[in-house]
Amino acid sequence: MQRLKARFGDAIKDATQDRKQAIVLIAADKLREISRYCRDEEKFDMLDDLTAVDWPKREKRFDVVLILYSFPKNERLRLKAHLGQNEPVPSVCEIWPVANWLERECYDMFGIIFEGHPDLKRILLPDEWQGHPLRKDYDILKQDTAWVRENLGIESGQ
Amino acid sequence: MTNGRTSEITTTVLGADEIILNMGPQHPSTHGVLRVKLKLDGERVVDSECIIGYLHRGVEKIAEHRSYQQFAPYVDRMDYVAAVSNGLGYCEAVEKLLGAEAPPRAKVVRTILTELQRIASHLLWLGTHALDIGALTPVFYCFREREEILKIFEKYCGARLTTHAFRIGGLQYETYDGFEEDVKRFCNDFEHRVDEYETLLTENRIWVGRTKGVGIITAADAIALGVTGPVLRGSGVKWDLRKAMPYAAYDQYEFDVPTRPTGDTYDRYLVRMEEMRQSRRICLQAVENIPSGPILGKVGKVLKPPPGEVYHSIEAPKGELGYYIVSDGTTQPYRLRVRPPSFINLQAFQKMAQGALVADVVAIIGTIDIVLGEVDR
Repeated sequence: MQRLKARFGDAIKDATQDRKQAIVLIAADKLREISRYCRDEEKFDMLDDLTAVDWPKREKRFDVVLILYSFPKNERLRLKAHLGQNEPVPSVCEIWPVANWLERECYDMFGIIFEGHPDLKRILLPDEWQGHPLRKDYDILKQDTAWVRENLGIESGQ
Repeated sequence: MTNGRTSEITTTVLGADEIILNMGPQHPSTHGVLRVKLKLDGERVVDSECIIGYLHRGVEKIAEHRSYQQFAPYVDRMDYVAAVSNGLGYCEAVEKLLGAEAPPRAKVVRTILTELQRIASHLLWLGTHALDIGALTPVFYCFREREEILKIFEKYCGARLTTHAFRIGGLQYETYDGFEEDVKRFCNDFEHRVDEYETLLTENRIWVGRTKGVGIITAADAIALGVTGPVLRGSGVKWDLRKAMPYAAYDQYEFDVPTRPTGDTYDRYLVRMEEMRQSRRICLQAVENIPSGPILGKVGKVLKPPPGEVYHSIEAPKGELGYYIVSDGTTQPYRLRVRPPSFINLQAFQKMAQGALVADVVAIIGTIDIVLGEVDR
């Protein structure tokens, strides 16, 4: 942690523990540099998961969350960055190839743009689908009515 | 039918000898609604792309609209051939979020049922995988033994497939009379059963020919692609969450973590065979000494975890199954994310299939051991 702070200074905004799990809040634009450092110097060789959380009332509404795992240390680390509605975030695909599908899912569900992703497109929903379902302002019964009508020939899947 | 999905490999220019072949989503060997687009040069796979999402039900969205207890049955429907493992991961994650712990008796019963589930999941994998490659017999043997496990589940909680066996804080049901005997009887029989499967396959020339050297993935590639579970161990990485970060009652039992060096389909087969033996070993040790005492800890009827977040993962039959839960202090999760092993392992398919023959594609899909309910959620 101190090493991260010494290396990246202001880009490390906060470091906390929740339920004994380490969380580091970082500046979104430095995500790629910090990720590379974590992989190469701190030996977090696997990206366990990459996801997001939506807080619509906050000025920067998204949390992008990366869960890292280190085989040599047997430790996990969570990197977190706040992100505004239309703010892009650097892709980490070139650091951990597993991020390819994870970032696509994140884009699909939240509409977060990952800059430098080789092929950022929807993964679980159809390509033409409108809206990003895991955003908090997307109601649970909401659907892309036009798509459903055109492609499935029904009014609603509910 | 485009089905609303564009694909990179169909938009690139094809060489004179190249064709695009579509497999699925309705195809018996893709184990569900998986669609694969293959770019072929004759019989060789040049490139491939998995197209998924046909079974997407929005499990993570549903979680935000259910209470913690109400959501528990939904997790059974992700990896629906290993519902008990899904339930264990979810219950433990919520317990961690609450700062609660299951009583010792509950932990041991959970361990036994989860290990039986691992055997059942591996048996289903073995039967269908062998069937895909053309060995017709093993599936009958595998389902015979799997049936015994499902009977134990049925006697325990009334359900066979989507069991909802555990509750947050412990267990809802006491074990039934004769539970220990049933588990012991199964384990004693099962020892010879695994040997029996191996006599059918391990030195079978056709089986060896169809699996050895097929779908190789190196340890470095596997880690970079986030691959976990038997696929990772088949590439020589000795890593198992039951040992690395023990949960439930695994720290009390002796068992080995099998690995194999080459990372081909044959090695993954051997890893899973040995895992079944080790699971049996854990069950036998656990059932010998189930502590007495309560089965449900004090968690209260209304669960309101303090605001905050937690990540907890377990070694499910298919790899690392993780839950990342954010609580805002209410009775419903603010955000619940599942790290699905099938989804992440499937991403490695492209790497494993590169340069393979068309016929091997079926073997490679089988060897990753995916369940589309979990891939698409």
